[in-house]
Amino acid sequence: MRKLTGAFLATLMATSIASADPVDDNLILNEETEIVTRTAAPAHLSDALDEVMSGWLFRGTETRAMQADDFDNPGMIFVEQGQDAWNTVDGSEGKSCASCHNDMDSMAGVKATYPKWNDAAGEVRTLQMQVNDCRENRMGADPWKYDKGDAINMEAALSAVSRGLPVNVAIDGPAQSTWEKGKELYYTRTGQLELSCANCHEDNYGNMIRADHLSQGQINGFPVYRLKNTKLNGAHSRFKGCIRDTRAETYKPGSAEFVALELYVASRGNGLSVEGPSIRN
Amino acid sequence: MASGVKPRVKVPKKAAAGDAITIKTLISHKMESGQRKGDDGNPIPRSIINRFTCDFNGENVVDVKMEPAISTNPYFEFEALVPEAGEFKFTWYDDDGSIYEETKSIAIG
Amino acid sequence: MEFTRRNAIAMGAGALLVAGLPMRVSAATSDEAIAAFTGGAEIGTGDIKLTAPEIAENGNTVPIEVSSGTAVEILVLATGNPTPGVATFSFGKLAASRSASTRIRLAGTQDVVAVAKLEDGSFVQASSAVKVTIGGCGG
Repeated sequence: MRKLTGAFLATLMATSIASADPVDDNLILNEETEIVTRTAAPAHLSDALDEVMSGWLFRGTETRAMQADDFDNPGMIFVEQGQDAWNTVDGSEGKSCASCHNDMDSMAGVKATYPKWNDAAGEVRTLQMQVNDCRENRMGADPWKYDKGDAINMEAALSAVSRGLPVNVAIDGPAQSTWEKGKELYYTRTGQLELSCANCHEDNYGNMIRADHLSQGQINGFPVYRLKNTKLNGAHSRFKGCIRDTRAETYKPGSAEFVALELYVASRGNGLSVEGPSIRN
Repeated sequence: MASGVKPRVKVPKKAAAGDAITIKTLISHKMESGQRKGDDGNPIPRSIINRFTCDFNGENVVDVKMEPAISTNPYFEFEALVPEAGEFKFTWYDDDGSIYEETKSIAIG
Repeated sequence: MEFTRRNAIAMGAGALLVAGLPMRVSAATSDEAIAAFTGGAEIGTGDIKLTAPEIAENGNTVPIEVSSGTAVEILVLATGNPTPGVATFSFGKLAASRSASTRIRLAGTQDVVAVAKLEDGSFVQASSAVKVTIGGCGG
């Protein structure tokens, strides 16, 4: 098995036909909002990385440009749909999100702190889980399916109003044990290819994987509009895709494992700007 | 009508008479090419927007015949002359007969 | 390293994918589309510019721009697509320039062609080779 894995890795990594280094470029949204795409690694990561970098730096010129202007960014179509849902009454209580939270701009900064410990529930929650808590317990509405249309549109809309603010998820206190579980998952090799998240995104970012650039796997840009499927993609769905590609059985979007992994991966990007909805391959 | 179709256009609110302005348009649409197969192995029938037009006060700016090779969520950028104050009209024609319209006024000043 | 059949297949497949082999060119239908557009007139070079990336990150969404000083109509073809038609731009009285940008689908590495009909009734053509990369893990 080890030999086969080695052969695969050699094929995947050694066929670098072009430089896959991150570009030296700055992202300014709509000519006004400066996005931090490169910054010193957070303290907990200092043994592994000196600098953390947004996936934006690993994309081509045209893809980077597409994200710099909200009109050019097709992800904003779905942000608008999320904003419409924000103002739409749903459920038995006759309320919309806006009934309690007012204008969506009031949520600026919220996305930057998720996943986050919820004292009352005694668990770490993702933003989508918190939205569903509101829907079920305050609005009397059905919960949205994890990472599916309505949920991902709302996450993108909430992310959009936080763009430019630094990711700042708490990893200590009551969130610590979940964070440690996420860290363990990050470094655990899975599947027939025996690859952990770290094998690609910590040890080999900046190298080619087949014909594409390996990034650090940061999630500050999620939800992302991917050119390959021309829709918004959630972080959990991306985790699932990665793990599936190691030829393993995967966890489900919304599972406790992915909640923990999201917290850990988000914490690796503490200090980068919230960027979603970003554009990626 | 295909579901979730929403036109967006970006036009400056003001221009000087005789100015050239840049217009951007984006409409949410799957642009099903007819080349893909569904989960059941059968081809998914083509369903695209096949034409886009932009007019200003009844005069044409651009008229585009669109084929299945136009990407999902069709995007166009072009330049228009603004001889006077008035209204831009944008029209997208769907294979299924639906017509999606958007208008934007522009002032001279 | 033991060189097994399975290894060889795995590596061969990887190499093929990386090489990004050109797609089969559906030349006949491209030629037909051009002939229908020009009515069989001779095509020169000159007042037509096609801007496309040398390498497209994803064939699903490739930004292109066509521009010309005097074009009345511009036909855009993706010669390596199953059906080569992309779009035909007709410029009206209030077009401030004979240029437009859009995003197109390319089924693989191929030449994109723009043919313009100019005000004087002549036809000119430009083409651009676009390499379409096949992604990494895809996830």
